[in-house]
Amino acid sequence: MRGAKSAKWVVGAIVVAMAATACGGGSSNDDEGNAAVDPNGVFSYYNTEPQRGLIPTNTNEVGGHYMMANMFRGLVTFDINNKLQMAQAQSVDTTDNQHFTVKLKPGWKFHNGETVTANSFVKAWNWAANAKNAQLNSSWYEAIKGYEDVHPKEGDPKTDTMSGLKVVNDNEFTIELARPVSTFKERLYYDAFFPLPEAFYKDPKAFGEHPIGNGPYKMEGSWAHKVELKVRKFADYKGDDKPKNGGIDFKFYSKDDAAYADLLSDKIDIMYQVPNSQVSKFQSDLGKRAISQPYGGNTNIAFPLYDKEWGKPEKVKVRQGLSMAIDRETIAKTALSGSKDAATGFTPKGIPGWQDGACGEFCKFDPAKAKDLIKQGGGVPGNKVTITYNADGANKEWVDAVCNDIRQNAGVECVTDAKSTFQEARDLITDKKLSNPFRMAWVMDFPNIANFVTEQFRTGAGANDMGFSDKSVDALMDKADEAKTEDAANKGYFEAEKKIMQDQMPAIPLFTDHTVAGYSKRVQNVKIDYQRQAVWTEVEVKK
Amino acid sequence: MGRFVARRLLQMIPVFIGTTLLIFLMVYSLPGDPVKAMFGSKAADPATVVRLRHEYGLDKPLIQQYWDYISGLFQGDFGQSFTGRPVADLMADAFPVTIRLALFAFAIELVFGIGLGVLTGLRRGKFLDQAVLIFTLIVVSIPVFVLGNMAQFVVGVKWKLVTPTVQDPQDLTQLTLPAIVLALLSLAYVTRLTRTTVAENLRADYVRTAVAKGLPRRRVVGVHLMRNSLIPVVTFLGTDLGVLMGGAIVTEGIFNVPGVGNTLYQAVITSEGPTVVGVVTVLVLVYLVSSLVVDLLYAVLDPRIRYA
Amino acid sequence: MPDNKPPQVTPSSVVGAGPNADGAAATVAAAAVLPVEADKQASTEKARSLGQDAWRELRRSWLFWTSGVLLVLLILMAVWPSLFTDVDPRQADLRNHFLGAPQWSHFFQEDWFGYNIQGQSVYARTVHGARASIIVGVCVTLAVTVLGGIVGMIAGYFGGWVDTLLSRITDIFFGIPLLLGGLVLLQAFTDRTIWTVTFALTAFGWMQIARVMRGAVITQKHADFVTAARALGAGTGRILFKHILPNVIGPVIVVATIALGGYIATEATLSYLGIGLKDPTVSWGVDISAAQKNLRQGPHALLVPAGFLSLTVLAFILLGDAVRDALDPKLR
Repeated sequence: MRGAKSAKWVVGAIVVAMAATACGGGSSNDDEGNAAVDPNGVFSYYNTEPQRGLIPTNTNEVGGHYMMANMFRGLVTFDINNKLQMAQAQSVDTTDNQHFTVKLKPGWKFHNGETVTANSFVKAWNWAANAKNAQLNSSWYEAIKGYEDVHPKEGDPKTDTMSGLKVVNDNEFTIELARPVSTFKERLYYDAFFPLPEAFYKDPKAFGEHPIGNGPYKMEGSWAHKVELKVRKFADYKGDDKPKNGGIDFKFYSKDDAAYADLLSDKIDIMYQVPNSQVSKFQSDLGKRAISQPYGGNTNIAFPLYDKEWGKPEKVKVRQGLSMAIDRETIAKTALSGSKDAATGFTPKGIPGWQDGACGEFCKFDPAKAKDLIKQGGGVPGNKVTITYNADGANKEWVDAVCNDIRQNAGVECVTDAKSTFQEARDLITDKKLSNPFRMAWVMDFPNIANFVTEQFRTGAGANDMGFSDKSVDALMDKADEAKTEDAANKGYFEAEKKIMQDQMPAIPLFTDHTVAGYSKRVQNVKIDYQRQAVWTEVEVKK
Repeated sequence: MGRFVARRLLQMIPVFIGTTLLIFLMVYSLPGDPVKAMFGSKAADPATVVRLRHEYGLDKPLIQQYWDYISGLFQGDFGQSFTGRPVADLMADAFPVTIRLALFAFAIELVFGIGLGVLTGLRRGKFLDQAVLIFTLIVVSIPVFVLGNMAQFVVGVKWKLVTPTVQDPQDLTQLTLPAIVLALLSLAYVTRLTRTTVAENLRADYVRTAVAKGLPRRRVVGVHLMRNSLIPVVTFLGTDLGVLMGGAIVTEGIFNVPGVGNTLYQAVITSEGPTVVGVVTVLVLVYLVSSLVVDLLYAVLDPRIRYA
Repeated sequence: MPDNKPPQVTPSSVVGAGPNADGAAATVAAAAVLPVEADKQASTEKARSLGQDAWRELRRSWLFWTSGVLLVLLILMAVWPSLFTDVDPRQADLRNHFLGAPQWSHFFQEDWFGYNIQGQSVYARTVHGARASIIVGVCVTLAVTVLGGIVGMIAGYFGGWVDTLLSRITDIFFGIPLLLGGLVLLQAFTDRTIWTVTFALTAFGWMQIARVMRGAVITQKHADFVTAARALGAGTGRILFKHILPNVIGPVIVVATIALGGYIATEATLSYLGIGLKDPTVSWGVDISAAQKNLRQGPHALLVPAGFLSLTVLAFILLGDAVRDALDPKLR
């Protein structure tokens, strides 16, 4: 899992494409001509060994997600143009964002021949939400009415079913939420909302080794742990996106450098993430088979506002000063070889609702002003900046560069503090044990500015690691939540983003991420979406 | 002899318990909560955390966890890894791969190491001796991760002579490059060791006697010289085989070999206590048995050593 | 290993795998410190002539002089880096990012060996990196020798249950490979400095010496001079340190320095695995592992520190070889 731990969590993962315009990027690299295609050809895909058994409701990291995404189809899906599409669902209707009616396309089958019905969904969600089954994705059902009954904060569940889910008939069920959630329909895309066949409940553990889904590919043979997992075209698949290839061999690597070496010698066909160390050369290595496009994630340095020193009101100026001491453009171009872009706010460019300049002058490189601001703010606590990060992700390059900039341009001693593992760093951060700045990153759950602003900066939000709280910012976000039109909402969130940055700057926005991918000479028509996954069914294998 | 072996086997018990306890305590004192880490950057759901902790027995006191582990072990249960798979399964996947790789590397060491060692030992100071000496010095002084990555890049990517990584651990040709990298260091050591002892024994009285008796050179070297010179080499090879079995954390990582070293490294990084302890338990057994075998081999090679 | 009897040093005790856990080379070397020890011995014991012989032999060896000069330079670099460069090794200028290729003719200047990914002078970093690497190597070797030596001496001299207990403890630590032990132990430290790395490598590296020492003490403790000393009323401490130690220290030092280069390489390997020394410490290991990821962009950033590392290890080995050859009358 080394290499890019940070980016590999499918954090929320309704992630797909962003703006339609940006999406051309994936396919702009036309293949060298159009070779004859073998409709039954199999290609190989770089992956990491899934960390747990392959159960959709328990899969929250990309290693397992990529398999799930091929073997299952949820109610809805996103297409490459970032449009929400119906998949297994005929329709998902709501008038108030609280009561939903789901109608299924009839006749879909699981890989074992079992028919997919409304119960396949409802039963699966009830099972996974049940605290007794301790599923990692259980919090995804939080919004559904009756969730507390099956998943109380402490003790055993009172009942086995959530009152908000009702089966109407084989092809129809209703969902009632505890409160309106405007993005609930988008959320249904996630793995947690996949259907499960009856065979699952007999032996979940065995199912995890050999999942049975309703997706375009079914598993073949058994899972060769740490080596590979094979999926093949499912003949009975009823969806529109029928595979144009025969199947996929997911190859598991523990080091992305090793995988890249294989890509260069055509031993592996698609690699969705070229290691940082190779980014400077990969265009010349792969020519037209190189893909570089924006990705819906960002990289920041956050401050512990719960700390006595950093929490002082005048330290705003210090944080803004530090921000101005960093020459983002140069770092992105040189030390990072263009694998990230300089940020002008928390929201990456191209995300719906994005506007330039949320950060204003505070993200511009200006050493003189930087020193001045730091002085006005009474200097850095302890007169030394320590930046904590996890060394098992591809972070060292940018952290080193940022630290060097702070030391040389702001005249403040800066050292980096590499924790060897993600979990070690994560523990310190979530337990609020740090009294120094730390790496903070966000990968979008779904393509909207709201996701970048509210999840990390609302008072008490789940990913608000800084202990940041500002009533006027909260008010701006609440107002945006209630806005009638998407446009008005987006403008509201942007106002909030701007206010966070200009008034408080609890975190310094640094970079927005890139997808850097490549494929072999054996395949063509490879498009990568914003979740760094290929559009698998579209990949064509040359004869 | 029998009593010696019996005593040694008895002594293994405290060593076995001590080593597993040591590694157990070390792994469980690692920073970072493995259960919370399962949630990634999302906030961990407290109710689920409690359930999972209970499932893996992490809510019990450390000593009881150890006791549970050891008593499970004697019933053949290595426990369950955080991936949900039994540790025994993980090991059944990893060990055959590593054993194959280790034996391959070992064979290279044996053939080339002893071969070059004897050749250079017999021709001390000659050109071949100097060349081999310089070669071994260079090999020994380069860190293995530099050597491995260079070899992979040059032989695998540039020259395309072999697959850069191991795709199919059943395929011996794919294991060639990792096996060579793995063997090189010990090979250098075996060569130098053999060279030194051969050169020393070459002047020993019994060799002079054998030559004086008019025995053919082949017999002098092959029987008299070799038997005596090999004792320290066998010792080294014996311990080295254990080391190789322990998995080459770095080499297996570079070449993506799904063996013990790789499994171990991933487990340490993710604080997967059950896996680390399970693998180390087996390694300790391998180590204990191999050192016993080495001691017994002395007796075979050196008639002066007899175990009561 | 057989118990107290038979008394001969079993070969395993003299050879030893060194810090060989995938890696860290088991190097064949004798001590850099050996000549000093030999001299000390010369002043007290009958070994006088041997020491003088060895010195005479050494003076004629070109290996000794080359490696000696090299080591003096490297140690000077570790102690006094400003003699070699006045460039701050942490000073970074991204405009130089890798583009600053080595200028081989700019001797001792900032751009002599080019720049690394952060635009820092590779030459300055290599000079300043010597300290951490050499300190780790030397300190681990010293610590291992003292700890292992004491354990081995006590076990060998007293025998009986003390020996059984200590030998089993030695076995316990032997069961865990150095690299694995270091990996786990170092993860437990929040702060990783030269001293914690030294501690971790010592904790899992002392057993070899203990075994060698034990074997050597067992062969010596029944020697006539020990019996004589005891008959004259010498105490245990006096017998151990005045009579036995000088006679058994030889093989111990040989094995200890076999490992010195290996420890330096292990430190680098730990950095490669992500748990080596931390910023702001500059070390070869950290630089090699960082540069090796970017091997294709800037090979010089890897090759220069790696070359210095190899050179250091090599120098210790060569010196050791020369000293051992000089000391060993059988090979003369």
